[in-house]
Amino acid sequence: MSRLLRDRRAVWGASVLALVVLTAVAAPVISGGAPTAQHDIVATRFLAPLATDAHGVFHPLGTDRFGRDVWARLVYGARISLGVGSLAVLLSIVLGVAVGAVAGMWGGPVRGVLLGLTDFALALPRVVLLLLLAALWRPSAALVVVVLGLTGWMSIARLVHGEVRALGVRPFVEGALALGVGRGRILWRHILPNALTPVIIAGALGVGNAIMLEAGLSFLGLGVQPPTPSWGNMIASGRDTLVNAPWVATAPGVALVLVVVACTLLGDAVRDALEPTMRSRAPAARPL
Amino acid sequence: MVAPVAGAARRAAAGLAVVLGVVTLTFCLLHLAPGDPVERLVGPAPTPEQLAAARHALGLDRPVAAQYVAWLGRFAAGDWGRSVATGRPVRALLGEAVPATLELIGLSLLLSYLLGIVVGVVQATVGGRVDTALSITTVTLFALPGYWLGLMLVMAFTYWGRWLPAFGAAGLDAAALSGWSLVVDRLRHLALPLATLTLIGIGGTARFVRGAMLDVLGQPFVRTAHAKGLSPFAVSRRHVIRNALVPVVTLLGLSLPALFSGAVFVEAVFAWPGMGRQLVEAVQARDYPVVMAATAVSATLVVLGNLVADATLTWLDPRLRPRRQGA
Repeated sequence: MSRLLRDRRAVWGASVLALVVLTAVAAPVISGGAPTAQHDIVATRFLAPLATDAHGVFHPLGTDRFGRDVWARLVYGARISLGVGSLAVLLSIVLGVAVGAVAGMWGGPVRGVLLGLTDFALALPRVVLLLLLAALWRPSAALVVVVLGLTGWMSIARLVHGEVRALGVRPFVEGALALGVGRGRILWRHILPNALTPVIIAGALGVGNAIMLEAGLSFLGLGVQPPTPSWGNMIASGRDTLVNAPWVATAPGVALVLVVVACTLLGDAVRDALEPTMRSRAPAARPL
Repeated sequence: MVAPVAGAARRAAAGLAVVLGVVTLTFCLLHLAPGDPVERLVGPAPTPEQLAAARHALGLDRPVAAQYVAWLGRFAAGDWGRSVATGRPVRALLGEAVPATLELIGLSLLLSYLLGIVVGVVQATVGGRVDTALSITTVTLFALPGYWLGLMLVMAFTYWGRWLPAFGAAGLDAAALSGWSLVVDRLRHLALPLATLTLIGIGGTARFVRGAMLDVLGQPFVRTAHAKGLSPFAVSRRHVIRNALVPVVTLLGLSLPALFSGAVFVEAVFAWPGMGRQLVEAVQARDYPVVMAATAVSATLVVLGNLVADATLTWLDPRLRPRRQGA
């Protein structure tokens, strides 16, 4: 922990994430109004940042084409983006740990089938799968969580499988087996707690990816639907007004990049602190 | 020589299984999804009889399993059918889209690996403030969503600067151009989508190369090379970079699906007439023949890319070659 506190990446990443989470939680207090509030549209649309409209309302980030406050939408959008991102990663972790642990602990045909399934799922083009799954039902935030969770568990399953197998031959596990403890209980009580480190790291990195994918799906119109604000659908709506109101698309993009950078740096720092031997191995495959 | 051939055959079989799996899964998902291509085909107020007739004409009233087997047989025989939405032959549609995507992905792969390797090597060998500054840059590039970076580049270079076109792969007058002006027109249209994918790619590659370099720099043989009096440059070039590039080749194979995914979004932003845009439109229109063929082709390309990366890796690193029996 003290190593983490001395790591500037960790401090910066954690501070940014804490700030964004706090902003999202405190959205009703600091937003200055509802994200869907509209006044006289013609008079209040496309106001530049730092403008005050005819009703005396201050717009720190300006307004969009419907006269909605971009700051309010950004803060409420943070709730959706962070919520969807973390829930999706949570779902992939649950699935990945389950598959990886069972494959690592039981072996034989079970391992063969589960690892084959994992490799197969890894080889699927994720975006094609996302497009198809997202087209199955009416687009919603819950659907995005499920879709991202279902397409993101494979790398975690592989990690956990490797850890469980490595831990499975250690003396404390052999000892427990010799004492007649069941495999399920050994897995739960002795192995998983020791195998969680890489899962936490993968999770931290995964949240950034999931937020980016959520925004991508919403950008294509397959994710969170307007008027509910999400950073992705804000970028999409700002795309049409790029010429006369560039701030509409710029603000959510900057927020998105900040959060993803913070997740990446925090993930890197946690990995370096917990596993000095894995130092500096950065994952380079990214979703989009 | 038997072992490598058998290994290659096994890998090719596994690749074929993946493609078959992708295609089957896609077929199931498509048919599970609500709506079918007929709803868009018959116009705004069709009678039930018209709907039934159109479904019958397209063979959509048969059992799903029968449709699947029929599609698989026709596809394998080279008959990819016609797009329901546009009426054009699927082969012609993909014949235009695949080269466009390959051009974009191939060039961006080449550029981002060349530049990314240079940046990563510089970071690992120079260190200090240069490393910190470049690390901040690469982690930021790595975090940029393609569709947003694309929009920002369009804003800067098309709307403000008025230097580069933002949409499509060729100008309206492209058919009348020839020689240099045609090449310039192509390159100007390619510039922004290529820059978007390449900038992001550099971020990822440089981060990975830096890590791989640092791992090798810590190895005992590097210390030995220094100890026997080799110049730092020679150590870097002959011992460190060569070893560090081995995992980078694996990365090349692994990053293909990600790059293809990235291209889907970038093509959507820039109206690039490639596979990604084709696929997004076809999924939304439930254009079954186009979705199926596009998925099969893209899955095949990804699998082939991985096979090539595997083969390159074995060729580069003798330790990975299968040992001969009894040797």
